[in-house]
Amino acid sequence: MTSTSSASTAFEYAPAPESRSVVDIAPSYGLFIDGEFVEAADGKVFKTVSPSTEEVLSEVAQASSEDVDRAVKAARKAFEKWSALPGAERAKYLFRIARIIQERSRELAVLETLDNGKPIKETRDADLPLVAAHFFYYAGWADKLDHAGYGADPKPLGVAGQVIPWNFPLLMLAWKIAPALATGNTVVLKPAETTPLSALFFADICRQAGLPKGVVNILPGYGDAGAALTAHPDVNKVAFTGSTAVGKAIARQVAGTDKKVTLELGGKGANIVFDDAPIDQAVEGIVTGIFFNQGQVCCAGSRLLVQESVQDEVLHALKRRLSTLRLGDPLDKNTDIGAINSAEQLARIKALTETGEAEGAERWSAPCELPSSGYWFAPTLFTNVTQAHTVARDEIFGPVLSVLTFRTPEEAVAKANNTQYGLSAGIWTEKGSRILAVADRLRAGVIWANTFNKFDPTSPFGGYKESGYGREGGRHGLEAYLDV
Amino acid sequence: MSEQRLSVFKTYKLYVGGKFPRSESGRVYEVTTGTSAAAAAGKNKWLANAPLSSRKDARDAVVAARKAQGSWAGKTAYLRGQILYRVAEMLEGRKDQFVREVADAEGLSKSKAAAVVDAAIDRWVWYAGWTDKIAQIVGGGNPVAGPFFNLSSPEPTGVVTVVAPQKSSFLGLVSVIAPVIATGNTAVVIASENSPLPALSLGEVLATSDLPGGVVNILSGRTAEITPSLAAHQDVNAIDLAGVEDDVLAKELEVAAADNLKRVVRPQPVDWSADPGTHRLTAFLETKTVWHPTGSLGASGSSY
Repeated sequence: MTSTSSASTAFEYAPAPESRSVVDIAPSYGLFIDGEFVEAADGKVFKTVSPSTEEVLSEVAQASSEDVDRAVKAARKAFEKWSALPGAERAKYLFRIARIIQERSRELAVLETLDNGKPIKETRDADLPLVAAHFFYYAGWADKLDHAGYGADPKPLGVAGQVIPWNFPLLMLAWKIAPALATGNTVVLKPAETTPLSALFFADICRQAGLPKGVVNILPGYGDAGAALTAHPDVNKVAFTGSTAVGKAIARQVAGTDKKVTLELGGKGANIVFDDAPIDQAVEGIVTGIFFNQGQVCCAGSRLLVQESVQDEVLHALKRRLSTLRLGDPLDKNTDIGAINSAEQLARIKALTETGEAEGAERWSAPCELPSSGYWFAPTLFTNVTQAHTVARDEIFGPVLSVLTFRTPEEAVAKANNTQYGLSAGIWTEKGSRILAVADRLRAGVIWANTFNKFDPTSPFGGYKESGYGREGGRHGLEAYLDV
Repeated sequence: MSEQRLSVFKTYKLYVGGKFPRSESGRVYEVTTGTSAAAAAGKNKWLANAPLSSRKDARDAVVAARKAQGSWAGKTAYLRGQILYRVAEMLEGRKDQFVREVADAEGLSKSKAAAVVDAAIDRWVWYAGWTDKIAQIVGGGNPVAGPFFNLSSPEPTGVVTVVAPQKSSFLGLVSVIAPVIATGNTAVVIASENSPLPALSLGEVLATSDLPGGVVNILSGRTAEITPSLAAHQDVNAIDLAGVEDDVLAKELEVAAADNLKRVVRPQPVDWSADPGTHRLTAFLETKTVWHPTGSLGASGSSY
C-alpha cells in the first residue's frame, strides 16, 4: 500500500456534470395556441440564453397583444367543453400529465438548469418532484370539488390569465395550471422572458397527454404581453407571481372589473435565531433560507435576526459553512450555487449591495472564484445592519443575507414585522412554547420553525400585507379558481 | 286641558374609540325620513342633524381601530362570541327604538321595520356562533409528504374599512360589521349616507355590549368625501365597498386600495335578508401556515 500525500490536503471533488444529451432543445419555438405551435402575429422572436455560459439556447416567438387575443379566444372556446367534462375525466388528464412529468423529469431538470442557471441538484431534487406532486395533488381534487368546503357545486371562473416569474419556471407553472385545470378553467400562461423553455416543453407534455386543444395556451413574451393578458376583457381570473410593483399595477388595472385576482409578490423574510437554538441546524437553515436558488426566492429568509448572545457563534459557523459552498457549473451535481438568472438581475443585486456598503453595513463574501462567463454573485452577508438600511428593507432577490440582532423575543417580533412584506419567517429555538408564541405574533403567511423553505402541494402558501393576496396550494388554493 | 309635553331631541354623535365625539369639523347635515321616492312626493320630515365627518375624523377612527386590533384579535374566540351575542341581547332590549329608526330611515311600515330589526338581531346571534368555529372550517392540518407538523390557521387581516350599504341602513349594516369583527378584525364603518341614524344608535348599543372601545368605529357623512382617504390609508388592511353605489367612485377606491394591496370586497348585489354564507368572514382573514419537523422516534441521527 502506498502512502498518500499530506493529510492536510483537502480532497477535491472531481467534476460530475449531468449529461446534456437527455434534452433536445430545438433551435426555435413558437407560441402554443389552441394546441399548435405558431409564430407570433408580428413575427417577432427573442433569444433565451443559458445564464451560466451566456450560450444562446434557442429562439422563441415573442407574444404581442394580438397573440394574447388569439390565445384567450382559444381558451374561451375550449372552456365550454373542458368545464362541462365530468371531474373524474379532468382528473385523469391531470394524472396523465403528472405521470409524464415524472417520466421526463430528468430531461426537464436539465432543461430548467440550462435555461435558469440554478443547480441541477435543486431542479432534480426539489423543483421537478414538486412539479409532479402538484399535478398529482390537484388531479385528485377535480372530482371532489363538492367536498372542498365551497358549497355543493362550485363553478369554474372561465379563462385564467397567468403570469409567472423566472425563479422557479416550471414549479410556478404547476402552481398555476394544476389548480386551474382541476377546477375546470382553461388557461393562457405567460412564462418569463428569460426562462420560456420549460413551459414550452410542458406544452408538448399536454400534447402527449392528449389534453384537448386550447385548454392550455403558452405565450412566451415580455412584460407588455403579460400586461395585455391581465388586462384582456375576456379573462376572468388573473394569477400573478412576481414583484410587488407589478402586483400593484395589476391590482390597479383590474379595479372596477369582475376579474378575480391572486397575487404572490415579494418578501423580506426574517429568520429568527434564539440563543437556545441548535446552532448547527440553524446555520443549515439560514443557508437554505437565503442561498437556495441563489436567493432568488420570494420567501427567502433574507433578514437574519440573531439573538445578541449567540451572534458571534452563529456568524462564525455561518461564514465557515459558506466557505464550503461550491459555486460554478449548475449542471455539476456537486454545485451548491448556480448562476444568477440574467445580466439585468445581476446588475440589480450589485447595485443594492453597493448601496448596502455605502450606507455603512459591513460586507463579507464567501471566498470563491467566479467563472469568467455567465452571471455570478458570490454568497454574501452584511453585518452591522440596522432596520433603516436598504439591505434590510428592500428585496434583493439574490444570494445576499442581512444580519441584525435582538435581545428579547418582543424585539425579535417587532423587528421581524417591521416590513411592508409578510410572506415568510423562520424561528429557531428548542423551546416549543416560544415557537408557538412567536409564530402567533409574526405577520407572515408561512412560518418555518426549526426548518426553512419547505414546500408541499397540500400546504397553502401566500402572503400577508404587500406580499399579495390569496393562497396557492392545498384546499385553500382551489378558492382562487372557483366562483365562491 | 293637558299641556303638550315638548319632546327631547337626540343629538346624534359619532362612535370612535369607544367615545361619542362630534365631528372635529364641527359640521352636521340634515337627515330626513324616508327614501328618495318620499322626497319626490314632498313627504320628507326632518329627523335630526347627523355629524358630517371629515377626513380627519376618518383618520382618527383608523388610529382607534389600529389601537384596538391586537387585543381584540388576542381575545379568545369564546369571549368574542359572547360579546357578539351580548350585542344581540342589548339590541333585543332596545328593539322599539330601532324599529322606529329603521321605519323612519327606510320608509317602512312598523311591521316591516320590526322584521328587519329581528333579522339584524338574529344575524348577531349567527355570527356570535361563528367566532369559535371558523378556524376549524377554514384551517387544519396539511398532510405534507415529509416528517413535518404542518398547520394552517386563519388570522384577522387587521383594520377593515366598511362602507355600509346605502339602502339597508340597519340589517345591511349589521351584515357587514359582524363578520369583520367576529374574526378579530377591527372596523371603521361609514354609515348609510342618507340614513345614518340607525348606525349611530348602534354605536350606543355596541358601547354597552362589552365590546372594547375602538373595535367598531362609526362615522356618518358623505361617502364620496370620507372613503378616498380611507381607501388610500396605509394603515388600513382591507376595504368592503358594499355601500359604494357609484361605479366610478368604486373603481377609484379600488385603485387607491392597490397602493398597499388592501384586500377589497367589491360592491355587488346582495339580498341582505338571505343566508349570508361565510364569504364576508373569509374575505378578511389571512391563512398562516406553520411548519415544524416532527422527527422520528428511535431513528438515529438528528431529528432536525
